[in-house]
Amino acid sequence: MIRIFFKELNGFLDSVIGYMVMGVFLVAIGLLTWVFPDTSVLDYGYADMDTLFSVGPYVLIFLIPAITMRSFAEEKKLGTLEWLLTKPVTEWNLVFGKFMASMALVMVCLLPTLIYYYSLRQLGNPIGNIDTPGIAGSYLGLLLLSSVFCAIGVLGSALTASQIVSFILSAFLCLTFYTGLDEVAQLLNSGQQALWVKQMGMLYHYDAMSKGLIDTRDMVYFLSLTGVLLLGTRTILSGRSW
Amino acid sequence: MAIEVKDLTKYYGVQHALDGISFSINKGEIVGFLGPNGAGKSTTMKILTGYLAPTSGVAAVEGINVSEDPQRVKHQTGYLPEHNPLYHDMYVHEYLEFAAGICGLASGMARKKAGEMVSLCGLSLEQNKKIGALSKGYRQRVGLAQALIHNPNVLILDEPTSGLDPNQLVEIRRLIKDISREKTVLFSTHILQEAEALCDRVIVINRGVIVADDLLHKLRAGKGGTLLVEFGHPVRAEDLQALPGVERVESAGENRFRIHAASGQDIRGELTRFAARENKTLLELRQEENSLEAIFSRLTQLSVTESAS
Repeated sequence: MIRIFFKELNGFLDSVIGYMVMGVFLVAIGLLTWVFPDTSVLDYGYADMDTLFSVGPYVLIFLIPAITMRSFAEEKKLGTLEWLLTKPVTEWNLVFGKFMASMALVMVCLLPTLIYYYSLRQLGNPIGNIDTPGIAGSYLGLLLLSSVFCAIGVLGSALTASQIVSFILSAFLCLTFYTGLDEVAQLLNSGQQALWVKQMGMLYHYDAMSKGLIDTRDMVYFLSLTGVLLLGTRTILSGRSW
Repeated sequence: MAIEVKDLTKYYGVQHALDGISFSINKGEIVGFLGPNGAGKSTTMKILTGYLAPTSGVAAVEGINVSEDPQRVKHQTGYLPEHNPLYHDMYVHEYLEFAAGICGLASGMARKKAGEMVSLCGLSLEQNKKIGALSKGYRQRVGLAQALIHNPNVLILDEPTSGLDPNQLVEIRRLIKDISREKTVLFSTHILQEAEALCDRVIVINRGVIVADDLLHKLRAGKGGTLLVEFGHPVRAEDLQALPGVERVESAGENRFRIHAASGQDIRGELTRFAARENKTLLELRQEENSLEAIFSRLTQLSVTESAS
């Protein structure tokens, strides 16, 4: 698994994709947080990082499928997937290694945003007047959200040999799971049903975590959703022999 | 038994790719797997390497059932897939170390092995290039190096020489021959000269059925076939044609004839008796070996007509 992980990570760093994803993410988030007046923290007047945590997921919805779209689709197209599967690596190792490599790249993207936290801390009045637990919770939420996005991306990539199809499919699924179910819930008349559907979506759990409230239920939700998606990917890979 | 296949059947939907084939290969043997395109060669190899599961039947490598313990089988086999898929943006050493790593070698060992494979497979000159920059012949060497890196006992090579130019062809064949000394090798091809250059035994498969499994020289020198005769005196072709067991007579020069015998008939005795009876000198009587192409098309055609009837 370690081998697959490093091979994938090297693949990102040897090609333009890794740097492009990082660059685009940081430029977009930087502009939204500090420059564009509608969302700028400086104009807003409160020292919080809401912009990053509310806009970030939408940027990630497009960037993560771009990271993961090649993971299996390219191997399928090259024929190297067949080769890999005749080597003594289990399908699970393959799936998990690729998933972890994508996660690592996302984490590297998020790392520089810690500077924002430091800057806002300094800008607070008095200095240090910032909701640290809320931000920590939000970071954790964003990471868990990313893990689900990565799992969706890897799954989408395993479904097809075309990277474009993989990208569109994954982005669509990410959006559906993130806000789509929330929107559907609004169409329902019964409050109870609406709540169920809302709870199936990620926004409900993500919002809860953004408040700095780290509830095991939300953690379990994100982790099990990731697990189920990765398991699905593994099943798709094994499906070749059916 | 290095490779054992028993009643192996594989359906893709309703299409029968393999129809109950059985064969076994001893340790240290090198066997050619012949057949036209779409005969089921690759399917058999994919099942043996654990990539596909058979619909029914048993495939075993080194006595281990592939369906029961694929991981152990994968440690024992080196596989070169058809079209030799490689990561084009990896360096030769990087790729070989990765291949060694996923076979479970520690990274120091993997580096050492990759170095060994580079010199064994004649990659020294190109070792610092990206795989995408290599010529097809060198890529094939990388493919072979990759299949050998974990020192497997069994090598399965799917069309190892397809698409190479004649020089590369000779080099790759020599390489396969060199590395196959202590290993069991099953390779597929649809080129007969290739089988002849590499191995003694061939398994011919057509439409998912084995139509021949024998030593090459036995396949060639079947009874019947073609005789070349030369007489010291003029002989009429019609007289030869009238002999029992003769199917067709062609003239092959002055007093020379090429006589096609009906299959399964030995007409040599008949010809000498004819010469004695007619008082002609028999200067030459030679069994022409069946050409490989003739055997191949006979074997593969035969099963077509059989399955059609």
